[in-house]
Amino acid sequence: MTALASANLPSQVGLLAGRAITHIVRAPAQVVFPIVFPLVLLAVNTSGLDAATKVPGFPTASYLDFALAVPFMQGALFAALNGGQDLARDIEGGFIDRLALTPMSGAALLAGQLGGALFMGVVGAVIYLLVGLILGVGIAAGVAGALVLLLLAISISFAFACFGMFIALRLGDGQAVQGFFPLFFVLLFLSSAFYPRDLIEQDWFRTIATYNPVSYLVEGIRSLVITGWDAGALLPAFGIAAAATVLFLTLSSRALRTRLTRT
Amino acid sequence: MSAFARTRSVAGAVAWRGIHNAFTNPAFLLPSMLFPLFFFVAFAGGLSGLQNAPDFDYPAGYTSFQFGFVCIQAAAFGGVFTGFAIAADFEFGFARRLMLAAPNRGGIVIGYMLSAMARAAVVIAVVFAAGMASGMQLDGSAGDLLGLLALALAVSAVSTLLAAGIAMRLRSMQAAPVMQMPVFILLFLAPVYVPLNLIAGWVHDVARLNPFTAFLEASRGFVAGEPDKIAISVACLAGLFAVTALWARSGLRSAERAG
Amino acid sequence: MTGERAIEVTGLVREFKGGIRAVDGIDLHVAAGEIYGFLGPNGAGKSTTVKVLTTLLPPTSGQARVAGFDVAKEGAKVRASIGVALQDVALDPMLTGREHMRLQAGLQGIPRAERAERGNELLERVGLSDAGDRKSSTYSGGMKRRLDLALALLHGPRILFLDEPTTGLDVQSRTALWDEVARLAREEGTTVFLTTQYLEEADVLADRVGIIDNGKIVAEGTPAALKAQVSRPTVEVIPRDAADWAATSEALRPFGEQVGERQAGSIAVRLRSGAEQLADIVRALDVANVNVAHLALHEPTLDDVFLAKTGRSLEGAAAAEAAPDEGAAPDRAAA
Repeated sequence: MTALASANLPSQVGLLAGRAITHIVRAPAQVVFPIVFPLVLLAVNTSGLDAATKVPGFPTASYLDFALAVPFMQGALFAALNGGQDLARDIEGGFIDRLALTPMSGAALLAGQLGGALFMGVVGAVIYLLVGLILGVGIAAGVAGALVLLLLAISISFAFACFGMFIALRLGDGQAVQGFFPLFFVLLFLSSAFYPRDLIEQDWFRTIATYNPVSYLVEGIRSLVITGWDAGALLPAFGIAAAATVLFLTLSSRALRTRLTRT
Repeated sequence: MSAFARTRSVAGAVAWRGIHNAFTNPAFLLPSMLFPLFFFVAFAGGLSGLQNAPDFDYPAGYTSFQFGFVCIQAAAFGGVFTGFAIAADFEFGFARRLMLAAPNRGGIVIGYMLSAMARAAVVIAVVFAAGMASGMQLDGSAGDLLGLLALALAVSAVSTLLAAGIAMRLRSMQAAPVMQMPVFILLFLAPVYVPLNLIAGWVHDVARLNPFTAFLEASRGFVAGEPDKIAISVACLAGLFAVTALWARSGLRSAERAG
Repeated sequence: MTGERAIEVTGLVREFKGGIRAVDGIDLHVAAGEIYGFLGPNGAGKSTTVKVLTTLLPPTSGQARVAGFDVAKEGAKVRASIGVALQDVALDPMLTGREHMRLQAGLQGIPRAERAERGNELLERVGLSDAGDRKSSTYSGGMKRRLDLALALLHGPRILFLDEPTTGLDVQSRTALWDEVARLAREEGTTVFLTTQYLEEADVLADRVGIIDNGKIVAEGTPAALKAQVSRPTVEVIPRDAADWAATSEALRPFGEQVGERQAGSIAVRLRSGAEQLADIVRALDVANVNVAHLALHEPTLDDVFLAKTGRSLEGAAAAEAAPDEGAAPDRAAA
């Protein structure tokens, strides 16, 4: 019986990922907002913070070039929390018991949910890149750079999605998952997302930004846009995304065992 | 009891409940306290380099510049959070109890408004303490600060009436984003990070027409001891008050009709 | 399946944090093709028992075998042999009925070519064919339970677990579900383990009933046997003419001992045998030339059984749980 179950793993993942994507596609309001809001914020900030580019030492002439990296982070975050809430809903409502009674493996459930979150992350990333290109942002690292940018954005999405899975499994409550949104909001603001790290005047703030992993994720994406190929920015970004993925995937598998109880 | 006395007692009761709930329930208290504090810290801390941009003329320093913003933001969002409380009251049936018990329903809305204003005052005091503790430069006199407080309370009242009108029409927590978005957008299509003269592009054009720009400039004027844009702020607030009061009242009628 | 027993439970205990024993040492067995009713008030341990038997909770101690497999050690094999409809009908509000069936079929490992057909067949059986392409969020309570049943039956299990399947349903939906369950057992030989707090449900559907209270089984047997244990039926006769009272009493004497008057002018006799004596009673009254105004047979109910075993009324407990504000039954229920 167990042999049969694992042989079916790809098809189980397919079924569950399909379901996760169906959830996203059938609740367009939940998708439109996470994709549109970062763009609105970008538009407002580009005008509102244009003065920043006049500050001596600012790396770009246009704030848009500088800040384009931010929507990718916000999009990844929204996709992750959305996926987390989806899973939390299954736990709260008892659907997970229904799944537990089938030969479905826990790994398939995780993979399926991640598939859904990843789908949303990819769609968002492609849209942000296209919007940036349409608005005239030049990718300093060229076409290859744009592809690497998408790869990095997707890696970050994946890492955040693993986090979303973990808190959903740990807390089992949709509202609690949503409670993490402000936390990430804070993390994003206390980083170099909106202002270059080396130009931050307040020492304590600059210290926080320096220790904040989000800074390096943003700087990684940004470097492809404004600098070109900068290993010093790309390696930390990919590294943090990979490390976070491994960490939260491990924690998720452990947490899954308590949620998917069955003998 | 005269009609006025009745209204007063209803408003008092509702206001007391709102204040009591806001300050004894951490789920209510924290967002309204932390949100403004957070913006204060993030903007004053992270973006202070902006004061080095050419033509950035604000005599009292960037921290004070952001304090002026945060006072208005706290007031505006306090109104939104009170709107959430009203929507929740409707969703969980408490509002019906209030409407049955209170002879004068207008008093209920006034009560909510008063509790929002009280909450705004406390939050601003907390942010003020935080700012002073971090060495914020305060050039305004006691009179200026009172003016600032009055301005913030007025913004709070208007924001509450707007949110209340929405909450009473939608009568459920689904109304939350509908209440939040307009205020957020109004607040951010204004000179948040830099003075108006340094904003570029279409946002500049919108901000010139946005009443919140006047409120922010007046607020910052008080902090810097150079009161500015007071007349226009008062005029805008009076106008907005009239409009939102009517909006809230018709919202109340809609809620009454729905039973 | 080893032997004839679909479900075999010995000394089953399930303890929760804090030492709370939801299931406190129960023994039961269910034969293949039987409908077993597990009856008890809220909090008695019914749902916990079901969760252990369906492998969703490990037992703390004791043994349970379902379909011949050990629930603790051969969980996957148990799951392959059973269908389960839990108390909370957990459906996905954004999927249609048909999509639910397809998902379940896929996860159960039903070959792709057969999935649609199996799904449609079961939707047809539970009467949801027309509603199959609507999202489950639009379904009524009865429709949701029917979909739940269809999902449970999809992989053709020999044993079906139903945890309070008719709670909250209207009379029509309830009767329809009873009919389907009875048909499954009768025509397909499916074993059904059913938990309920409604004694009528246990009485009507179950071949055998186990009454559970506070985690322990207090009585077990066929409904008839259980009721007979507690009491025998009483027949009550009211003669049209009050003067016939003595004659009626005399006519009824051979059938059993008289018990207290239920109504003025009536005679109640507890029958020595049972309801089968009724024909003879009518004949005896006829021979005695008594004109009968009212004749009624009062059978003991499972509630009487529960009361005899626990000192509390099951109906009273259920009513008190359901409508605390209405102050329905006198507060005999300690639970």
